[in-house]
Amino acid sequence: MSEVRYTDQHEWIRLDGDEATVGITKYAAESLGDVVFVEVPSVGKTVAAGGEAAVVESVKAASDIYAPAGGTVSAANEVLSSEPSKVNDDPEGEGWFFKLKGVSSEEFGKLMDADAYGKFVESL
Amino acid sequence: MNRDRMTSSTSTETLLRTPLHALHLELGGKMVPFAGYEMPVQYPAGVLKEHLHTRQKAGLFDVSHMGQAFLGGDTAALERLTPADVAGLKEGMQRYGLLLTDAGTIMDDFMFSRLAGEADLYLVVNAGTKEGDFAYIAAQLGDAVSLTPRPDRALLALQGPAAAAVLERHSPGISDLTFMKVVRTSVAGAPAIVSRSGYTGEDGFEISLEGPDGERVARALLGEEEVLPIGLGARDSLRLEAGLCLYGHDIDDTTGPVEADLVWSIGKRRKLEPTFLAGQKIMDALANGTARKRVGIRPDGRAPAREGTEIAARDGRVIGKVTSGGFGPSLNAPIAMGYVDSAFAADGTQLDLIVRGKPLPATVVPMPFVPHNYCRPKKA
Repeated sequence: MSEVRYTDQHEWIRLDGDEATVGITKYAAESLGDVVFVEVPSVGKTVAAGGEAAVVESVKAASDIYAPAGGTVSAANEVLSSEPSKVNDDPEGEGWFFKLKGVSSEEFGKLMDADAYGKFVESL
Repeated sequence: MNRDRMTSSTSTETLLRTPLHALHLELGGKMVPFAGYEMPVQYPAGVLKEHLHTRQKAGLFDVSHMGQAFLGGDTAALERLTPADVAGLKEGMQRYGLLLTDAGTIMDDFMFSRLAGEADLYLVVNAGTKEGDFAYIAAQLGDAVSLTPRPDRALLALQGPAAAAVLERHSPGISDLTFMKVVRTSVAGAPAIVSRSGYTGEDGFEISLEGPDGERVARALLGEEEVLPIGLGARDSLRLEAGLCLYGHDIDDTTGPVEADLVWSIGKRRKLEPTFLAGQKIMDALANGTARKRVGIRPDGRAPAREGTEIAARDGRVIGKVTSGGFGPSLNAPIAMGYVDSAFAADGTQLDLIVRGKPLPATVVPMPFVPHNYCRPKKA
């Protein structure tokens, strides 16, 4: 069974067993606008919670994507380099950015659940 | 996700509104502060679609934030502040000019028009610089001229290959106007100053209206099936693809007309007798060359290089900086312009753009990136 948590920087992280998948939320994709370039981290790279992990660029601007939790990059969505628009089309599915191993359940547990994130977005 | 690098959308200052403000909200415009105004950066279609639609059909832009004014009196006195040929501008014609500082750098760029049968020149200057420009012109030229800013007027731009067919329905005969011509006419029954020009590289018009007519005329044009409303986001990507300078970015009071590659805006007569500010300095730059030059740059990969990105020679030496950079939707590729040491300004020169600490290979290319599609008069 998988569980999804969210950051106040509009990343989502889904934990499936010992591997977590990270992307940006629908809200983030919509506010960014048309994504034209994505830079994903190299497999094997170690990231800290809140550390810069990826870059997403829309026509107008560049934004950093932070790791919602610390871990080691176990996979990167290379499809995004040729089809960055997948981030807009399916941000919380095919538009995932990278996967992490070694995520601590403590860090994961501190993140917002769907209800809390929904309320957070409404407050913006 | 960190959006710090994006233009901040929060502001406590009171923002001005154009006469089309209510219409922008009704159309779902995403409003942001720009040059002291609350302006739509995009509509629900989004920057990419708005950009492509303008190149394929027609887009309507609200540019009422720009500085419109009439200059009366001895209008030729303006030649002291600009190297453009003002005195030689024929009736019914519009021209691009640079407003110079006394050091011969660029205070602003602007359009000026001589309407048929009228003594006054009609000026359009940039939004962010208009107050300063108008004060400067008045102070420099004194009693010789009278300057009347018209912040009450609306200014619309209708741009794209379908613009002429669309505007013809609301202003019969207007499609006879060719590039850089200007006329007083009526659009959808409203008195208007219409020029065949714009800031997208496409054929199109700029339509100056009495403020209260702005919304009604905009609605009439948006009612045509070819026309979508276009925000500032696509306005920027369109002008960048067209190789056109954005004041405050590609040109400013630290750049001169020669290094900015805007020598074409210096009138032939003016070169023979450079009576404009820092005239000899600018003519010397023209004769001897400049240390740096504004060039077009195509990154090899897909990563855009934004404004401020350092440009390096292949040996790693920093030789310039990007002044405008982003993604060109019509090219489906990143594009940039910037200043480089003149030794690296030739088309085809291989460079590196330092993006997030890594050198990305790039090439100096001629501009425009996308060919202009202006309606030039047919040669007899």
